[in-house]
Amino acid sequence: MKRHLISAADLSRADALLILDTAEELAQLADRPIKKLPTLRGRTVVNLFYEDSTRTRISFEAAAKRLSADVINFSAKGSSVGKGESLKDTALTLEAMGADAVVIRHSASGAAHRLAGWVRGSVLNAGDGTHEHPTQALLDAFTIRRRFRGGSRGGQGGSGGMGPPRSGGFRGVAPPGQHSTALDGLRVTIVGDVLHSRVARSNVLLLSTLGAEVTLAAPPTLLPLAVGSWPCAVSYDLDSELPKSDVVMMLRVQQERMSAAYFPSVREYSRRYGLDAARMARLPDHAIVMHPGPMNRGVEIAAEVADSARSTIVEQVANGVTTRMAVLYLLLGGTEFPAVTQ
Amino acid sequence: MCAASGPVAGRDGLAVLDAEEIRRALTRIAHEILERTHGGDEVILLGIPTRGVPLACRLAGRIAEFEKLVVPCGSLDVTMHRDDLRLHPARALGRTELPADGVDGKTVVLVDDVLYSGRTVRAALDALNDLGRPRAVQLAVLVDRGHRELPIRADYVGKNLPTSQREVVRVLLAEVDGQDAVMIGEEEGQP
Repeated sequence: MKRHLISAADLSRADALLILDTAEELAQLADRPIKKLPTLRGRTVVNLFYEDSTRTRISFEAAAKRLSADVINFSAKGSSVGKGESLKDTALTLEAMGADAVVIRHSASGAAHRLAGWVRGSVLNAGDGTHEHPTQALLDAFTIRRRFRGGSRGGQGGSGGMGPPRSGGFRGVAPPGQHSTALDGLRVTIVGDVLHSRVARSNVLLLSTLGAEVTLAAPPTLLPLAVGSWPCAVSYDLDSELPKSDVVMMLRVQQERMSAAYFPSVREYSRRYGLDAARMARLPDHAIVMHPGPMNRGVEIAAEVADSARSTIVEQVANGVTTRMAVLYLLLGGTEFPAVTQ
Repeated sequence: MCAASGPVAGRDGLAVLDAEEIRRALTRIAHEILERTHGGDEVILLGIPTRGVPLACRLAGRIAEFEKLVVPCGSLDVTMHRDDLRLHPARALGRTELPADGVDGKTVVLVDDVLYSGRTVRAALDALNDLGRPRAVQLAVLVDRGHRELPIRADYVGKNLPTSQREVVRVLLAEVDGQDAVMIGEEEGQP
């Protein structure tokens, strides 16, 4: 693993599997009476949020606290940013306070990358403009793997070590990364506003690293120019993609980032690219519906779909805490400047 | 890979216990556990990954054989509670699997392959503390090589092996390494 998590492209397949396996072990914590580990005691994690966020900020805060790190929350509203302080000066202030990790969300693409050059601690990108949101991609991959591969390392059941050993011997001790399963062969369709979506880019990069076949389904105006160089297929027709999808990931229509007319009307967009009950019926029986949130109910996803049993939206939030714990542990849990583990 | 029937000099050094001796040591420990816990009632065996886990399962198998008693066995990963985390790059986590009834009120026997500084056992006691409140905690190890750095001792020992701190003790188990043996050799890099 590298010292920072800026882009899903920085993660090798082995890194990604290590994070998912670690998250799988940490997921057990949710069922325990004491949901806390002492691992990051004495470390400081700063949440530096220049953009509004509910899920991601709370999720990172919960993750850091469950690992016993100290958390400092910073939001641009009500801070010296209002007086004109630059990102660099804010970063140097945090540096002086001894932040071991900075979690940054910023409206400018590349902000996390710039920050990484200014601070000594690890930088975790929690969304930079329309560029990347790697921890969202990791939690999505984690959710998909749990649903389709039982979350397992190498397919052994959850009861591997109970009772006297079976004749086959004990199989629950596979070293992570060696026998763990990836997402090979799964078909993921990402639908909607790809142009403004950092979630889409991170997911395309990470899911293809993990072996999934990714297809983007969107109107031509909402696809980035360089989409031809992404490791995925592109379709303008959602209905033809649905019957062959294992996973459908709906993206929010980001009206706050839209400066031009990308489609004639919200109603027309919804008719062609929104997921309603009739479209959901075209999916195979095992398929799941994902959404990174926040949702525009009635635009890209109908309320009855969002609340259906196929929707993993609430699960994604719970998995977000677990996955971010895994990332924080792997970046901060070892030596201060970890020698590369792989 | 040849079966370890006698001392095998090789890359790992000298074999000090062979498969037969490991089998006899585990049989004795299983009897001792039954004796000390008055028949093994309310006992849970928790192995510390990696090699403590198959050892715990073997002990449970012996106890089932001798007394027709099913003793639950599981695993307890201690990585997140270690005191030397900051000396190494972050490590991959092992697996924690507890019996369905949990550990509250039970006699927990921790099982590991080698007892050395005692720091792993301290981490295990901390990890166990977060999982519940056992009635008692005991420790079973296959090899005790001395050089304790904490006030910790084992309740059940397969073999006491006086060593120098320069030496490396490796336990090989069929489930993980394809053969059963305890090897002692000279240090090459960090153990």
